[in-house]
Amino acid sequence: MKLVSRYIERDGTGRVALIPENPEDMWHAYNLISHGDTIRASTIRKVQTESATGSSSSSRVRTMLTVEVETIDFDTQACVLRLKGRNVEENPYVKMGAYHTVDIEPNRKFSLTKACWDIVALERIDMACDPSQNADVAAVIMHEGLANVCLVTGAMTLVRAKIDVTIPRKRKGSTSQHEKGLQKFYDTVLQAILRHVNFEVTRCILLASPGFVKDHFFEYMMQWASKNDNQVLADPAVTSRMADTKAMAEVKALENFYAVLQTEPSRAFYGLKHVLKANEGQAIDTLLVSDNLFRSQSVEERKTYVKLVESVRDNGGTTRIFSSLHVSGEQLIQLTGVAAILRFPMPELEEEPLDSDEDS
Amino acid sequence: MARHRNIRTMNYDEEYDGYDDVYGHSVEDDYASSPSMQHFLYDRSQEHQMSAYMQSDIPEEDELVSDESKNGNDVGAPSRIPPLGELEQAQLYSCLDLLRDRMGDALSEQAGIDAILACNFDAEKALDQLLKTSVASSLSKSTKIITKSKPAPAIQVEKIRGSEVRDGKTPVKVVSAKKVVATGFSLPPTSTDASSSAYRQPAKQESAVEETSRQLGCLRTPGATPRSTSPADREAIATPKSQARTRESRVDVASEYVKERSGTKALLNLVVVGHVDAGKSTLMGHMLFRLGQVSSKQMHKYEQESKKLGKQSFMYAWVLDETGEERSRGITMDVAQSQFETESKSITLLDAPGHRDFIPNMIFGAAQADVALLVVDATTGEFETGFESGGQTREHALLVRSLGVSQLGVVVNKLDMVGWSRDRFNEIVARLGAFLKQAGYKEQDVFYVPVSGLTGENLTVLDEPKLTEWYSGPTLLQAIDKFRPPERPLNRPARLVISDIFKSVGGSSGCCLAGRLESGMMQTGDKLLIMPLNEMIQIKNIAINEVSKGSCFAGDQVVLTVSGADLSDVSLGSVLCDPSQPVKVTSRIQARIVIFNIDIPITTGYPVVIHYQSLSEAATISKLIAQIHKSTGEVVRKRPRCLTKQTSGLVEIEISRPICMELYKDYRELGRFMIRANGTTIAAGLVTGIL
Repeated sequence: MKLVSRYIERDGTGRVALIPENPEDMWHAYNLISHGDTIRASTIRKVQTESATGSSSSSRVRTMLTVEVETIDFDTQACVLRLKGRNVEENPYVKMGAYHTVDIEPNRKFSLTKACWDIVALERIDMACDPSQNADVAAVIMHEGLANVCLVTGAMTLVRAKIDVTIPRKRKGSTSQHEKGLQKFYDTVLQAILRHVNFEVTRCILLASPGFVKDHFFEYMMQWASKNDNQVLADPAVTSRMADTKAMAEVKALENFYAVLQTEPSRAFYGLKHVLKANEGQAIDTLLVSDNLFRSQSVEERKTYVKLVESVRDNGGTTRIFSSLHVSGEQLIQLTGVAAILRFPMPELEEEPLDSDEDS
Repeated sequence: MARHRNIRTMNYDEEYDGYDDVYGHSVEDDYASSPSMQHFLYDRSQEHQMSAYMQSDIPEEDELVSDESKNGNDVGAPSRIPPLGELEQAQLYSCLDLLRDRMGDALSEQAGIDAILACNFDAEKALDQLLKTSVASSLSKSTKIITKSKPAPAIQVEKIRGSEVRDGKTPVKVVSAKKVVATGFSLPPTSTDASSSAYRQPAKQESAVEETSRQLGCLRTPGATPRSTSPADREAIATPKSQARTRESRVDVASEYVKERSGTKALLNLVVVGHVDAGKSTLMGHMLFRLGQVSSKQMHKYEQESKKLGKQSFMYAWVLDETGEERSRGITMDVAQSQFETESKSITLLDAPGHRDFIPNMIFGAAQADVALLVVDATTGEFETGFESGGQTREHALLVRSLGVSQLGVVVNKLDMVGWSRDRFNEIVARLGAFLKQAGYKEQDVFYVPVSGLTGENLTVLDEPKLTEWYSGPTLLQAIDKFRPPERPLNRPARLVISDIFKSVGGSSGCCLAGRLESGMMQTGDKLLIMPLNEMIQIKNIAINEVSKGSCFAGDQVVLTVSGADLSDVSLGSVLCDPSQPVKVTSRIQARIVIFNIDIPITTGYPVVIHYQSLSEAATISKLIAQIHKSTGEVVRKRPRCLTKQTSGLVEIEISRPICMELYKDYRELGRFMIRANGTTIAAGLVTGIL
C-alpha cells in the first residue's frame, strides 16, 4: 500500500489517500473502512442517456465518485473489496443520493474520509505501508491422505486447496495398493501447488507434516522437477527472514498467554468484562485483541475497544492486534476476541463468573 | 408451409390442458406396482375396510346376504323350495346362512335347503346330515381343507409372534426394535421405511390381521369376500411362513455364535505398543516365525535382504513392516495386522508404531484391541528415555488404558543386552508398576515377562540358563494365553467402523471395506447402511483372516466385499450399521474428558484434533460446561475459565465435519475418543451427549 496524502485534523477528522497494490492491501483496506466513512474513488458507472428524439442509449463511464459507505463486502478467496453506499458529491452522471457499489481496484488511488481517525486505524495505515512486511510464503501442511495448500502473508492465511484422499493401508502380503495410493496423493498435491502458487511472488514453500510424509513428498517434488526440467532454487536466507514476521509474533503472544494461564491463572484473563476490570486496575501488561472487533457495525462497540487499546498504551502496556485471517486470530476470536496478561495477579477477578453471552 | 406454421403457432397450453392435472400427485398413486409386488405392499385402506366390515356391520351384512340369497332364489336359480310361510322362510334362510358359515361357499344351495327342510329347520342337525351324506363327501373334503388350512397359518403366525416376543425379551438378536413393533397386532404399521427388510413386515402384518379376522369372523361371515379367497391371500399367508423361516435362521445371534464358534478358540485382539525401537516388531515377527506363521524360506529371504542393507537385526521386524519406506527407515509406520494361535486363544495381532509422529495410527490400533502388550527396552538408558515424560512408554500406556484396555502384559525386552540381570528386571517392574497403578490398571491385570525378541528367548520356550536361574514364570506365549477374552456385545445392532478401503484383489469389481465388527453380527447377503454417506450396500463376501466366512460376529477383524457403494465416496471412519438402527451422525458432542499432563490449559475455542477409531478430525472445544472431580464425578466448578492439567471436565466439542459417533453408555468401544494438540495427547474423552 502506498500512502499518497494524509490530512488529519487535531480533532481526528480528516482524509487519507491510499493506493492498494496487492491482495493483502485489500485486507488492510477492509479493516480500515467502516460503516459511515466516505470514500472517493474512480469507478465505472452505467449511464443511460436519452436523446431529443426519445431513444435512449446506455454507456459505461469511468468517473470519480464519492460515496458514504453502507455495506462492506470482502471476499477472502479472491481478495476483492466491494463497498456499497449513497453518492454524496455532485457528479455529472450520478444523482446525489443514488446508490453505487465501488470495487476497490489495485493500483488505483482512493481517498478515505473518516469522522474520527482512531489510533487503531492510523496504526493499520502504517503497518500496511511498511514494504518490509511483504513476504509471501506458501505452505503445504500434510499427513498421509490429507493436505492443505495455503498462502501465508503478513496478515492473512488463505487455504487455497484441500486434498483429501483415502490411501489403502498396508495389508499382509500386499503393499502395492498402499504405494499406488501414496503416489496418486503426492501427484494431486503437486498439481495443487503448481496451480495455486504464483512463483513470481512466492519465495518459498513450506512443507510440514508429522512423520516422513514431508520428506517423501519433497523427494517426489524434486524428482518431478528434474524430470520436467524445472529449476528449483533453495534460498536459506528466506527462511531466516520468516522468523520475525507479524504472524509469528501473534502466535508467540498467544502461546505466552496460555502459558501464564497455566502457571498463574490470576494473571491471565479473557472476555471483555474481565479485561475491562483489569484495565481499570491498570494491570494490563499485554493486550491481545482480534481485529474483527474493530470492524464491528456498532460504533459504540468499536469505540469501547479503541478506548481499551488507547488506555492500555497510555498505561505503558503493549497491545497486539491479531488478524482474524490467521489461525492464531481465529483462536483468539473463539476466546471471546480479547485477552490480557496482567502485570500483577488479580485473584478477585477469578471469582466473578464470565458473562453468559460472551463465552457462548 | 401454411400447415406447418399452424402447428408452430398452436397454443399448446390449451391443447394439453389435461396434463396439468396430473402434476399434483405422483405416478404411483395411479398405477399399481407389479401384481406380484402387491401382496407385499401394505395398504392401510384394506385393513380398515376389513375390520369395519367384520365388527360393526355384521348384523346388517347378515341381512344383506340373506337378501341376496333371497333374490338369488327368486330370480336366478330355480331352486325347489316348497311353499312356506313367512316365518318358515325366514327360518330356512337363517339356517342356510349358518350352514354356509360352517361349510363355506362349497355348499350348494339346493342341498342345503333340502337338508334344512329334512331336519325341520334345525341347523345343527342339517349340518350333521350334510357332512355325513355321500353326496357331500366331495364338499366336505373341501371344507376340511378349508378348516385345516385355516388354523395352520394361525399357528405360523403364533410361532412368529412367539419367537418375536422371545426376541424382544432376550436381547440376542441383531434387529430387534422393528420386529418388536410388528409383534403388537393391534398397532397400525407405520413403517414407510424403504429399507430392505421392512417391506415384508407390513405384508405379514396385514395377512396376520386378515388371518385373525377370518378366525374371528368365519362363523358369522358366510362365504368370505372374494378378496380373502383370491390367490393374493394365499400368497399373503405363504409370506409369513417363509418369513418365519428366514427369520429363524437369522434370529438367534447367540445360538448362531455358539454353533459357529463353539469349536474354535476364543478370539482376542492384541495390540503391541511401546516406545520407538523397543523392539515391538522384532518381538512379534520372531514370535510369528516361531509359531510357524512365517515359512523359513520367507525368513531366509528377509535375512538375506536385510543383510544387504546392513540391517540384519531388523530381519524379524520385516515380517510385519512390509512397505519399502518402513524397511529402509527401520521403523513401523502403520499398524500391521497378523494372526496366530495360542493353546486356547486365536489372537489377532496389531503391531502399532512406536514413533510419536505416528500416534494417530497407534490410536487406531489400540481402539480395536481387547488387550495390550507394552514392550519396554531393558537396556541401560533406553528404558529411562522411553519412560520419562515425552517418551512413548508413558503415553502409550495411558492411551491404551483410556481406550478401554484393562489387561496389560509388560514385556521386558532386550534383557540379553544387560546379561539377563535380575536386578534390572526388578527395577523396571517396580518403576512401571507404580506408574501403571496410577494410570488405572489393576495390579492383577498386569503381568511382566522378561524376553529377548532378537534371540527369541522366552517367547515360546524358556531355556537360557542365566534366565532360568531366577525366572520360572510363563513364557510370553503362555502369558498371552492367560488373557481373558472380553464380553462381546453380540446382541447390539451391528456396527463396523471402516478402517480401510481398497479394491478387491480377486479381480471382481466390488470394493473391499476392512474394519472390526464392534457389535452384533453380519452375514453375507445382509443389506447395511453406510453412514454418514447414507447409502445401502450389500455384503457379497466376508473374509476373516483371508478365509471366506458366511458370517462374522462382534470382535472379528473382517474384510467385507460389498456392492452398491462407490469406492471413492466412502471415507475412513464411515460406519456400516444396521439400517433399522443407524449410527448417530453429529458434529457437536458433549463429552467428559480427563486431561493428562499438559502445558497449555484448555480454554474455550481451543483447537484440537479428535482421534476416534480410524478417524482424526480437527475440532474445537466450544464450551467448558463444568470442571468435575476426578474420582467422585461431582461438579467442582461450573463454567470454568479453563481446565488445567490433571483435571476432569464436561465440555462441548465441535468437530469440523459431521462424523459417526455413539454414546459411551450405548457402545463402550464407540464412545471413546482421544484429544490431541500440537503433537501430544492432551485428554481422553467419553461421549456423554450427541447434540
